[in-house]
Amino acid sequence: MTAGLVLAGTLPRLLPPEPPGLAGLAGHTARYGPPPAVPGRRQRDALIAEVGLAGLTGRGGAGFPTARKLAAVAAGHAPVVVANGTEGEPVSVKDRVLMACSPHLVLDGAVLAAEVTGAAKAVIVVHRDVREIIDEAVAERARARTDRVRLEVRTAAQGFVAGQASAVVQWVQRGVPAPTATPPRLAQRGLRGAPTLVQNVETLAHLALIARYGAAWFRAAGTPDEPGSMLVTVVGAVREPGVREVAIGTPVGQLLDLAGGASAPLQALLIGGYFGIWVDAAGALARPFSSAGLADLGAGPGAGLIVALPVGACGLSETARMMRYLAGESAGQCGPCVFGLPAIAGQVERLAEGRGADLGLLRRWLGQVDGRGGCAHPDGAVRLVRSALRTFGPELPMPPGGGR
Amino acid sequence: MSALLGGSQALWFVSRASGLALLAAFSAAVVLGVAARLGPRLAVGELHRALALFSVAFLGLHVVTAILDPYVTIGWAATLLPLASPYRTLAIGLGALAVDLGGAVLITSLARRRLGYRAWRAVHWLAYLTWPAAFAHAVTAGSDLRIWWAAVVLWGCAAAVATAVIARLLSWLRGPDRTLLGALR
Amino acid sequence: MTGGTWLRVDFIACDGRGLCAEALPELITLDDWGFPIVSGQALPPRLLADARATVRACPRLALRLDAGR
Repeated sequence: MTAGLVLAGTLPRLLPPEPPGLAGLAGHTARYGPPPAVPGRRQRDALIAEVGLAGLTGRGGAGFPTARKLAAVAAGHAPVVVANGTEGEPVSVKDRVLMACSPHLVLDGAVLAAEVTGAAKAVIVVHRDVREIIDEAVAERARARTDRVRLEVRTAAQGFVAGQASAVVQWVQRGVPAPTATPPRLAQRGLRGAPTLVQNVETLAHLALIARYGAAWFRAAGTPDEPGSMLVTVVGAVREPGVREVAIGTPVGQLLDLAGGASAPLQALLIGGYFGIWVDAAGALARPFSSAGLADLGAGPGAGLIVALPVGACGLSETARMMRYLAGESAGQCGPCVFGLPAIAGQVERLAEGRGADLGLLRRWLGQVDGRGGCAHPDGAVRLVRSALRTFGPELPMPPGGGR
Repeated sequence: MSALLGGSQALWFVSRASGLALLAAFSAAVVLGVAARLGPRLAVGELHRALALFSVAFLGLHVVTAILDPYVTIGWAATLLPLASPYRTLAIGLGALAVDLGGAVLITSLARRRLGYRAWRAVHWLAYLTWPAAFAHAVTAGSDLRIWWAAVVLWGCAAAVATAVIARLLSWLRGPDRTLLGALR
Repeated sequence: MTGGTWLRVDFIACDGRGLCAEALPELITLDDWGFPIVSGQALPPRLLADARATVRACPRLALRLDAGR
């Protein structure tokens, strides 16, 4: 094995070790070893199969099996790869941290994804905060002539919906980050009509390591059903907010400990950020941070994000603020989203301010907006509000004069 | 052939009558299309389509009888090529122009699903050129304008279309139809 | 005949014009903002012809019939 082998099961894998080693491409190669060559059809199919064995799923939130996506796009003619480093979720920073700390791992993954699917080019869409770092890394690789695939860097659009896969494609294609209707799926017809692979940058980083060390190595961390590690942003009432790399299935309480522990008694956790849901803190701490572990709470690890809400803070006010933000972030294409989300936000605000919201009307609108849009934006907003009603419900402020 | 059809007079009458009916049906279709938002949506939409298809039927009759009529030589090419008729070239030419433009609108509408909304809509704007061409053809080629009720039909159609266009312009100026993006920013 | 047919709305294309609710009130109602709510059930065979006509009537081509979920 190469001198750069990262021991199976140990963390971090994606993030640099403490203390960090050499910087740049040299440091990257010293730590991980060179990426494998994928010269022919057989090697490409073998790598896709290895990714399938590894059980890698998308780390952008949707959790779709990566090998299946790779195979679907590889079956198309003249595909293109898009690395999605938009990170439109306002509370999440893990993609930016990854791109800043391990840009070559992300670029390795993008190049490998392109080679494996037969794409001649990979478009790297990055949050503007890390544009310079990625540009530098790409320039370094160009000088070293490491890649047989063309890399094109674009600054991502800003906004919550801008990180959605088809919105990223539209942003690259015509400068408007608006989701498109499926059918057709991006794997069939995406960027300028070509079969398109859109993959979160963290997923690509994992791909780059699976290509080097194999499926068994990848599975040495995590659970049998949900293998591997993931990056998690932990913020809110914790002493050391930030990004940590953890094995999937790590208990939620341990994630908070890794972030320095709670800085105050906790009331609730927002698991999944603005696109996630509220859960009662006490009931969640022992749960494994995985789809299986969080499923019966109605939550999921999503894009790896936990916000800790301390006792004394008003969950409904936070939710109202988030809901108003989400309403304003609509791409503006679909009626139920454009009109429904602001209406719902208005009711949640009334609820939070104790002005007496019409709960019946609120529930009616939640039902009318759910699932009725061109993307999952309204669905996420509805889930968030419903979880707020469940979690903060018993303390709903009474309207003046009492009575429900 | 013409003996069977009772002399060339019959062909000529049918051509003129179908021309007038065509203008009326086509004008009604245009009015419903232009002023669609000002009426009950489904009824207007379906009627617009039905009248457009009736117009095609009248058009077929109008063109075939005009060409078969042995009294004047027009030639089949003049149906589609605006300068191909030796008889009253400009007047017939305007008709051919209307057929060309209207044909594009018709074909794209029939193939709407395959073309996609944007391509279909772009071509549909040609209707705003088709009607004036058809009307100009009626005025220059029509031989019945001395008959009072034919003139009433002709100018009634013009008035109806003009009213619809003005109504549409006014409603557009007053504020565009509830746009989704406008509701946000 | 296996599988069913579902009537689906493309909400990006939909403009809330409401012709569909007029054409197929058995399956389509309008939400509080004028946009169609289509029953999530498979299309009953007796309504198939009406559904096809409704799909054709949409001025924005926002309706389609899908075989299978």
